[in-house]
Amino acid sequence: MINIVKHRYLYFAISLIVILPGIAALMVWGLPAGIDFSGGSLLEIRFNSALPETEPVLDTLSGFGFSDAKIQTAGSDKLIIRTKVMDEGTLASVLTEIETEFKADIELDRFESVGPSIGKEVALRAAGAVGLAALGILLYITYAFRGVKHAFRYGVAAILAMLHDVVLVLGVEAMLGHFLGWEADSLFLTALLTIIGFSVHDSIVVFDRIRENERIYRKKPYETIVNMSIVQTLARSINTQLTVMFTLLSLVIFGGSTIRHFVLILLIGVFSGTYSSIFNASPILVVWENKEWKTWFKRSPA
Amino acid sequence: MKRNQRWILPILILLTVSIYINLPNHPGIHLGSFHKDIKTQLGLDLVGGVQALLEADLPPDAEITSENMQTARRIIEDRVNGLGVSEAVVQIAGDRRILVELPGQRDPDQALSTIKDTALLEFVDFGDLSTQEVSLLINTKINTDYQTSSDQNESGSSSSDDPVFHTVMTGASIKQVGVTTDALRRYQVVFELTPEGSQIFKEYTTNNTGKILAIVLDNEVISAPRIEEPITAGRGSISGNFTDESAQNLSIQLRYGALPVPLKVVQTETIGPTLGEDSLDKSLVAGIIGLSVVMLFMALYYRLPGIIADLALLLYALVTLALFRWIPVTLTLPGIAGFVLSIGVAVDANVLIFERMKEELRAGNSIERAISLGWDRAWPSIRDSNISTLITCIILYWFGSTFGASIVKGFSLTLALGVLVSLFTAVTATRTFLHLLLDNIKVTKHPKLFGV
Repeated sequence: MINIVKHRYLYFAISLIVILPGIAALMVWGLPAGIDFSGGSLLEIRFNSALPETEPVLDTLSGFGFSDAKIQTAGSDKLIIRTKVMDEGTLASVLTEIETEFKADIELDRFESVGPSIGKEVALRAAGAVGLAALGILLYITYAFRGVKHAFRYGVAAILAMLHDVVLVLGVEAMLGHFLGWEADSLFLTALLTIIGFSVHDSIVVFDRIRENERIYRKKPYETIVNMSIVQTLARSINTQLTVMFTLLSLVIFGGSTIRHFVLILLIGVFSGTYSSIFNASPILVVWENKEWKTWFKRSPA
Repeated sequence: MKRNQRWILPILILLTVSIYINLPNHPGIHLGSFHKDIKTQLGLDLVGGVQALLEADLPPDAEITSENMQTARRIIEDRVNGLGVSEAVVQIAGDRRILVELPGQRDPDQALSTIKDTALLEFVDFGDLSTQEVSLLINTKINTDYQTSSDQNESGSSSSDDPVFHTVMTGASIKQVGVTTDALRRYQVVFELTPEGSQIFKEYTTNNTGKILAIVLDNEVISAPRIEEPITAGRGSISGNFTDESAQNLSIQLRYGALPVPLKVVQTETIGPTLGEDSLDKSLVAGIIGLSVVMLFMALYYRLPGIIADLALLLYALVTLALFRWIPVTLTLPGIAGFVLSIGVAVDANVLIFERMKEELRAGNSIERAISLGWDRAWPSIRDSNISTLITCIILYWFGSTFGASIVKGFSLTLALGVLVSLFTAVTATRTFLHLLLDNIKVTKHPKLFGV
C-alpha cells in the first residue's frame, strides 16, 4: 500500500512552496480589486471597423476628465476601458466622441458602473460570506462526526485544508492581476466560495472513511488507519477530480470569454482542493493525534 | 413488488413530465384557472439589456419602512412598463435597494432617466370652476397645457371634449416642504418656493385671488384649494381634509415626486445583444461537450455500471432543466457554468458508490451483495459532502440577494438544485436501473462488465 501519511512533511512542504510566492504577491501587489469592490466604470467596446491605438483613445477620455482611465485590448476587435464612476449621460457622449474621432463603427458590448460606497460594502460582506461559510462548515462537520473521538479536530483539519485552497487561489489571483491585469470581481468571489465547498466536500469523503475504518480496525495505530483511508478513497478522489476537470476544461476551451477567468480560477481551486484533502487534511489529523509540534523545534538526536 | 422496483414508476413519471416540460416552444399549461407559461428564462448577460441597482438616497441610519420600499418598487415598475420592455424585473434587494433589469434594452441613458424621473407636480389654474365642479375633479386625471404642449401638434381632434387646463408652474419651483397644523389643529402642507417660483406665484395669486388653484401630481388632481389672498412671500400652504399621515405623504411626494423614498443609481450594467448571444451559444456547446466527455469516461472506466450512471446523468440533466423552466430559474452565464459544473459533481455520488462496489466485489461478495453494500457504505459520505456544498450555496444565495448580484444568486441556485437532483438520480435512479438490469441478465457470469 502506498504510504502517503509517512511522507506528510514532504507534502506540507510542497504546499508551502506553491503557496508562499502567492502570499508574497498578495503582500506586495495586493488583490486586484475589480470595480465590483472598488467602484468605478467598465466599458467593453467592440469595433466593427479597425481597432484604434489605445493612446489616442486615452486622450479622448482625458477630454471628459477621465485621465486615469486604463485601456486594454481584448481579442482583435475589443477595447476594455476602466475609469472612475461614469454616468450614463457621459457614457453616451464618450461613445459618440469615439465614433466621430476615429470614424469607427462601434458597439457597446458591456457597461458596468459601481458607486464607491457600495463597492466597499460588497467587499466587507464578501469577507463576511467567506467567514460564515467556514463557520457553517466547521459546525456541520463537528456535528456530523459527533460520534467520533475529537470530532472538532476533523472540522479544524477540513478548515485548514480549505484555507490552503483559499490562500493559494488568492495568491494566484494576485499574481495574475499583476502580470495579466486580471481583476477580482463578484464572479471571483463566487469561484472562491465554490472552491471552499468542494475542498470540504473532498475532505469529508476521506474523513468518513477514517470514521468507518476506526470502528473496524480498533487495534491498528491511527496513522495506519488514516493512510489506509486515504488510499482506499484515492481512486474516487482522482476520478471525481477528473470528471469535474473535464467539464471545467470544456468551459475554458469552448465557453465564452466572459467566464473564462472564473472557470480558470475554479479549475485551479478544484485541483488544489483535491490535493489538500488528500495530502493535507488527513495528515493534519495524524500530526494532531501524535502532538508532533512538540518535537518540531527540538534538535533531532545526531 | 420488490423493494428495488418501487421507484420504477416514479422515475418513469418524472422522466415523462421532464421531457414534457422541456419540449421546445412550450404552449404553457392552462387548466381551468391554473395558468403557467413554460419557457427557459435567460438572464441579461445572455440576451443583453440594462441592469441597475438603486439605493435609497438617505443617510445610512435613516429608517426606511418596507411599505415605502414596496411603493417605490411599484412606481418604478409602472414606469418601466411604460418603456415597453417585456419581462422587466423590478425587485427589492435587501432593506434599501431596488434591482431593475430590462432585458433587450440597449440605451442605458434612456432607461435610467425613465426610472429615476420624479413624478410631475403641477400647479394648475382651475379658473372660475364652482366648488361643486372642482369636487368632481378631485382624484381624477386631467389634461394640462404643460404636458400636452410637446405632442399636441399632430393629434388635434381626439381629446377635444376634455378641457385642457393651464399649468401655472411645476414642482421644479419648490425649494422646501413641511407639514404643520393651523390654528384649528388641522394638518396642512407648507412649502417654500425658489426665487423664480416666488415671482410667478406672486403675480398669479395677485391677479387671481378667489379662484381655484389645483395641485396635480402625475395628471391626478390631489387637492384644489381656493386662493384666499395673494401670496407674495414665496411661501404657501395647502390645506384639505388631511390626516397626519396623508399630509406627510403629500409632503414627501412634493419633495421627491411620487417616489416615497428618494433613490440614486449605485450600480449599472449594460450588456450588448451580440455579446449575450455569443456567450449563450458558446456555453451550450461547452456544456454538451463536457457532458459527453464525462459520460464517455464513466462508460470506459466503470463499464456496465458506468453506462447506467450515464443514463442517470441524462435523467439528471433533463430533470434539472425542467426544474429551471418550471420554477422558473433565470439562467445566467455563471448559472450555466454552475449547471455544467454540477454534471461533474453529479457523477461523484456514482463514483463513490461504484468504487465501494468494486471493493466489496474484490472482497469476495456476490454482485447482489456488493451493490447493496456499496450503496449503504457510500451513503454517509455522499450525504455529508453534499450538505457542506449546500451550506455554501445558501450563503452565496444570501450574499447575492442583498446586493442584487443576480449572477451570484443564479450560480448558487443552479448549483444547489443540481446537488439536490443529483442525490436522487445518482443514488436512487442508478440503483433502480442496475437492479432492473440484474433481474434480466445473468451478470454473474460476466464480472468483467463491472470492471473487476
